[in-house]
Amino acid sequence: MTEALRIQNLAKQFAGVQAVAGISFSVNQGELFGFLGPNGAGKTTTINMLTGLARPDEGTIRIGGINCTENIRGAQHLIGVVPDESNLYPELTGFENLCFCAALYGLGKSERQNRAHQLLEVFSLTQSGNRKFAGYSKGMKRKLTIAAGIIHRPDILFLDEPTTGIDVASARQVRTLIADLHQSGTTIFLTTHYIEEAERLCRRVAIIVSGRIVAVDTVEALLQPIQEKQVLRISCMNPLGPMQKELVDSFPNLEFTFPEPNLARVESSQRVPAGVLVRFLEEHGAEVLEARRMRPSLEDVFVRITGLEAEVMRKEKEKKGAGQ
Amino acid sequence: MNLWIAFWNILIKDMRTYYLKPPNISWGIIFPLAWTGMFFIRSGSGVEAIESLLPGVMSVSILFGTTSMLAVTVTFEKKNRSFERLLLAPVPFEILMLAKTGGAIVFGAANAFVPVIMAAFLMDLSRVDWIALVPVVFLIATASAFLGLFIAVAVSEVFEAQTFSNFFRFPMIFLCGLFFPIAKLPVFLKPLSYMLPLTYGADILHGAVHGGNSMPLALDFAMLGAFCVFLFAASLRNIKRRWIL
Repeated sequence: MTEALRIQNLAKQFAGVQAVAGISFSVNQGELFGFLGPNGAGKTTTINMLTGLARPDEGTIRIGGINCTENIRGAQHLIGVVPDESNLYPELTGFENLCFCAALYGLGKSERQNRAHQLLEVFSLTQSGNRKFAGYSKGMKRKLTIAAGIIHRPDILFLDEPTTGIDVASARQVRTLIADLHQSGTTIFLTTHYIEEAERLCRRVAIIVSGRIVAVDTVEALLQPIQEKQVLRISCMNPLGPMQKELVDSFPNLEFTFPEPNLARVESSQRVPAGVLVRFLEEHGAEVLEARRMRPSLEDVFVRITGLEAEVMRKEKEKKGAGQ
Repeated sequence: MNLWIAFWNILIKDMRTYYLKPPNISWGIIFPLAWTGMFFIRSGSGVEAIESLLPGVMSVSILFGTTSMLAVTVTFEKKNRSFERLLLAPVPFEILMLAKTGGAIVFGAANAFVPVIMAAFLMDLSRVDWIALVPVVFLIATASAFLGLFIAVAVSEVFEAQTFSNFFRFPMIFLCGLFFPIAKLPVFLKPLSYMLPLTYGADILHGAVHGGNSMPLALDFAMLGAFCVFLFAASLRNIKRRWIL
């Protein structure tokens, strides 16, 4: 399979701190590749180096066969970038923004106008095409930013947290658009903190922690070692604080984590006795709302590798997204 | 790729969204008007003083209009991250920054002609050397725009851009020979005068308007051109160093 992107021993330091420490991986043409990692792991620095917004200290980047470390301008017409914050021009309308972005890639007037109309329609923004970008909702801004990223029909699209800070309906629409883009043959490099989003959309993912790649594989291969694992999620009305130690002490064969004060996650290589656990909690004063058996997910792989609860990471990111 | 399309659209976008907005148009008219009135009243002379005041008012109009606008717009775009769009485009830095400064140059040059139009009603402009005046207006606007770019790269907040601009602009006005002849400046300030681009621009303007230049015009043009090249190269170098980390 032809490689759309290959990076080797890529490294970057900021003021003595190693942001990215010699990472290597490749993305195949037409692939939807997920890039996961906790906050500060080096995801944005990596994307910045891949797109020409940062200079690598070491290593090589090849996009479409072009050595970007020597000639990033030569590869920039092959890539489209959708940053984590919408960065279009607030004083221009949606249509004008798309036309302007197309002009930056040298598209002629009629071609860029046709393409802008076409994308406004695809992204269900035709009605708001003549409104100023500043007046768009977060979901609309995000969709227009994605449209701007693909206006010049790039071979590879970098999507940085595309569904952060937008409502559920818009996020679902954006995910459908990403899947459609992938279907149409665009190579997509997706950074997301929604691990279930990566699991649903990507065939292969890389996990980066403290600037180092700790896993690169297909989602199935990453799930393989924990497929046999049984997971039970118990949510209660009241905090489990006082009961946490008792639970751990009373069930030494089970592995407990408490992502939230009123939430317990139980893992075991054998079947988890849901009834026994619920009874135990109720006898100790807990009001159990739900006990649900979960299938092992990419989130479990992520938690195992990074040691960070995905829930915590999601909340941190959402707080940041809300502030935008 | 057709770079001309990118260049032209960046220029037009900036003209439409920043320079042709009513507050800026009124600034472009009121500011030179205020400067003309101020110096006219201060000089205590009659209409004949306009000839000697015109080069100064033109220069100040260009300098203030151009440096303020460019430093502010670039800092604003950098802050809201829309400048990243330009950095991600397959357009060489030189073309990109020429397009960004192009709008400011045109705006600065247009500002310079406001006092000329006003002067046309009060003095005889038939002796003006337009062949020297028109190019020098664009050269001063170019040097001022590149100075604005140099300032924009050095700061991160819009208010810092304004403060930092004044740090360069006010000493330049008083040291470049526009209102006080360089010959009358204290000895220790004279070398500083010759290190300012506006000194050479003002000298050409004096020569073009009333034949009062103190240095050969060829030297003035060469020095002003050299300042443009130096400021542009220094700004590009700083952009690559500070913005492409």
